[in-house]
Amino acid sequence: MLSITNLSVSVDDKPILSGLSLDVPAGETHAIMGPNGAGKSTLSYALAGKPGYEVTSGSATLDGVDLLGLDPSQRACAGVFLSFQYPLEIPGVPALTFLRTALNAQHRARGEAEITAPDFLRLVRAKAGALKMDFDMLKRALNVGFSGGEKKRMEILQMAVLAPRLAILDETDSGLDIDALRIVSEGVNAMRAPDRSMLVITHYQRLLDYIRPDRVHVLSAGRIVASGGPELALELEREGYDKYQKAAA
Amino acid sequence: MSVARAIAAADASALPSRRDEDWRWSDLRGLIRVVPPASPAFDGAVGEGPFDGVASTVFTVVNGCGPSALTVAPGETRVVALRVIAAPNAGSHISRLAIDIGPGADLTLLESHEGQGADYLADAELTITVGAGARLERIVVASDDASGVGVSRAEVSLAAGARFAQTTLTTGARRQRIETRVAHPGHRATARLDGIYLLDERRHADLTTIVTHAGVGGTTDQLTKGVVDDQARGVFQGRIVVSPGADQTDARMGHHALILSDRAEVDGKPELEIYADDVACAHGNTVGALDDDALFYAGQRGIPEPEARAMLTAAFLAEVVDRIEHQGARDVARAWLDARLGAPS
Repeated sequence: MLSITNLSVSVDDKPILSGLSLDVPAGETHAIMGPNGAGKSTLSYALAGKPGYEVTSGSATLDGVDLLGLDPSQRACAGVFLSFQYPLEIPGVPALTFLRTALNAQHRARGEAEITAPDFLRLVRAKAGALKMDFDMLKRALNVGFSGGEKKRMEILQMAVLAPRLAILDETDSGLDIDALRIVSEGVNAMRAPDRSMLVITHYQRLLDYIRPDRVHVLSAGRIVASGGPELALELEREGYDKYQKAAA
Repeated sequence: MSVARAIAAADASALPSRRDEDWRWSDLRGLIRVVPPASPAFDGAVGEGPFDGVASTVFTVVNGCGPSALTVAPGETRVVALRVIAAPNAGSHISRLAIDIGPGADLTLLESHEGQGADYLADAELTITVGAGARLERIVVASDDASGVGVSRAEVSLAAGARFAQTTLTTGARRQRIETRVAHPGHRATARLDGIYLLDERRHADLTTIVTHAGVGGTTDQLTKGVVDDQARGVFQGRIVVSPGADQTDARMGHHALILSDRAEVDGKPELEIYADDVACAHGNTVGALDDDALFYAGQRGIPEPEARAMLTAAFLAEVVDRIEHQGARDVARAWLDARLGAPS
């Protein structure tokens, strides 16, 4: 499980998260909601280890492993997956090559055998089919010329292939039309499992109609200011973030 | 000033120096105090060349000794490997070869410059004529020794409707210049001049091209990419001259470099000299570093940073290799790149 205690993070010496604590038990999906600028993306980048996101205090562990002492690739191999709000384009690297390189790097890091080419292709074909992705698209350079919706599906495909312990979905609904949102959400729901935790970061309640969270947390001014069941998301949709922003201020 | 004259006369003062505008970034006069003694003949084994399995004929020139002419008869198609070797006993020498490709003929020339010795000064002078409607694809792999100095110069003369395509791959030398001069007649003739330099430690490579369009309706397309690390230095000088009357010339030049170390250097000089009307000419020149966001993205998927760097560098250079038309040569070029970058395939 993910355990974050008293986490403070600065970017360019500006404090963004201040004393954030959060536990996501194995098998649970938690939503993080909050107004723009609350620090939602900072939380996801800090957990993934993006350079420039400086942890000034606190701890974050996954299954007892201290994430903050690891570089980004080590965190990924420890089971952290971040679905980016704005997935990168990687010119010249076919999506299949990228994904196979990543999967084998994770296998090597865990002391497992590398996956064979036929096994890899079988795995990707099955996962891509479930996400209604055109397999030929995966032969193209990763995300280059992909639409916003295609990029988000590509993120979920990578998550499905890499099968992480902790999936962080950063604004996965942004840029998706209603059909794509349903397909992507089904892809995410298919991955819910007793040994996998998910952190769904979103500004709007809409995504949570499709990915039903076990718990909802409100992030405001760098801290969790309220937590509750799924009904909290509905309340936020109705009443907005105003009262939490005032409470945090 | 000429390298060939300096070697022939054993006179270092005849070497090009930084006072020569075209040699300002590849000074030889200041580097070489004394011209090394003339290379003796070499009768030992020279091992395998990079294109041995791809070509049907192999020409080998060792320490300047070997065949001096290659003729492709009109309409004939040939794939020839040309090995230009500085043997372990090399001092200084000139290799000269004249290549004549008859009208309508097709030559794939797979050229390797192999530095098997040390501290040598090797000059290669090629004179190539490509007949009307003929095609030449020239792939050059330069693998000089880190202590060697290698200079090669090709004078390529195209006839109407000829197609010339060239890809140069080099890891540099103590100092190295690979120069290509193309006399372009226009008249549906096309030239593609590509290159990759991949330099580390204190290596230097200079890719210089001069294309002179003399007639109406010619095309030139150039793409050079380089990666420099440590204290290496890459030089690209590309000049395209569009002479008076060479209307409807279409010329494009791109040079893009990655600098992986703050002590490495890239000097780029794209030059378009246009004396005609109604021409389409463009050039782009960029120098940068690997994208940190892309490195983080790859890292987030579990790819360790050294592997991610190699993957992104290979991807940057792959565009040039992909333009090689001859499949066997393209495979050799890919393997050449992967071996040097340690990239996953």
